[in-house]
Amino acid sequence: MGEAFSLALALVFSGDADLLEIVLLSLRVSVTASVLACLFGLPLGALIAIGRFPGRNAVLILVNSLMGLPPVVVGLLVYLHLSRSGPLGFLGLLYTPTAMIIAQTILIAPIVAALSRQVLEDLHTEYADQFRSLCLTGTQTVQALLWDARFSLLTVGLAGFGRAVAEVGAVIIVGGNIDHLTRVMTTAIALETSKGELALALALGMILLVIALGVNAAVQSVRLTAMRQAYA
Amino acid sequence: MPDAMAMTLPFDVGADSPAILPLTVRDLVLRFGEATVLDGLSLDLGPTGCTIVLGPNGSGKSLLLKLLHGLLQPTSGRIAWGNHAPSEITARQALVFQKPVLLRRSVAANIDFVLKARGRDPSARRTLLEHVGLAHKANQPARLLSGGEAQRLALARALATEPEVLFLDEPTASLDPASVLAIEKIVGDARARGVRIIFVTHDVSQARRMADDVVFLHGGRVAEHSPATDFFPEPRSAAARDYLDGKIVL
Repeated sequence: MGEAFSLALALVFSGDADLLEIVLLSLRVSVTASVLACLFGLPLGALIAIGRFPGRNAVLILVNSLMGLPPVVVGLLVYLHLSRSGPLGFLGLLYTPTAMIIAQTILIAPIVAALSRQVLEDLHTEYADQFRSLCLTGTQTVQALLWDARFSLLTVGLAGFGRAVAEVGAVIIVGGNIDHLTRVMTTAIALETSKGELALALALGMILLVIALGVNAAVQSVRLTAMRQAYA
Repeated sequence: MPDAMAMTLPFDVGADSPAILPLTVRDLVLRFGEATVLDGLSLDLGPTGCTIVLGPNGSGKSLLLKLLHGLLQPTSGRIAWGNHAPSEITARQALVFQKPVLLRRSVAANIDFVLKARGRDPSARRTLLEHVGLAHKANQPARLLSGGEAQRLALARALATEPEVLFLDEPTASLDPASVLAIEKIVGDARARGVRIIFVTHDVSQARRMADDVVFLHGGRVAEHSPATDFFPEPRSAAARDYLDGKIVL
């Protein structure tokens, strides 16, 4: 264990090319998926927050339930759609980073929608009478809520990124864990551990933890600054 | 407050469209479950001036403002603003709440938001902020303003909509005398420019300073509606007399 830990540290500080490639691909896939999930999830969360329509409660229950989507199920569904015989097989996306981004986006968009819905509904409760007095349109209301809740929504985006970057089940099914093509940190950790190569697995695990801590610290810092300036 | 308080606003308030007044309210009833808040209220308001709405807590003053502004629908009864459809009324009015609801943005951005939403000239922001004495705080977060400053910003934002009718729901509650006078000055300027003011307050001294006429609510009805020159020296209703004498009116 101690030896593996020493080897892991040496690997990290040596700037190993394979390690760097895996880390960068992980970040590319998870950051892209998080951005896409926010693009879909935030407006959906806002619409549920301010909308009063038949079936709203059912939609709310559905979105909240989807937060607990099992990654392997998402991976399987995306696989079935992207496989050669599937409806989107002609796109040739299976076992590519794009397929991994699609799977992660599906996985975390409901998280972003459900968490942002709560944030935006609380804010809308505060603003509702003022906005109605100003006769804002639905679009203007959503835009204003998203902007004014931006610092709280950073945390929501972070929760989505955290789920994406730590996820293994979906990306291993649709990505295939192909060396130099679709191997990301989590799939590499799983593979190296199964092979008994604990040094690389530990090195990747440490980097994963550092990234998670770093992103959290950055977002928390932005939020605290905003709160001090009374914008949050 | 700077001298800019007296300066001219960049637009004529409500000048480009026919007035929505007079206001006619008939047999207005508002119920929440078993509780009847307004019970057959009727009222007529003319096209100009400042109407002060007085009454004890729970008499329905704030709810009446929300009903007149279209933020609430009555259980029954009729509210008629001239010959205009209810759907077009709210946009021609503005309401300033007792606790100002400010966006989590700078002072300037709070004004810009309304000017943009209403398609008004963005350059009006500077004049509006100077008018309420907040030009020097334009880049400050709105939520760091004092209570009086926040209420002045809420007033500037309301004026940015160029309202024909301005509702004020106890805008000076809990403010110091200097802030109260500053807000009364802004409201007085708006009235002088032709904005119809409907002002809820608990402060009898303020009512004496501001009122052209007084609506006294009691028991969910208009107990009395008189010109200020009649109401304060000789209130007709017993409830209004007791209220002005500082007695507890339930």
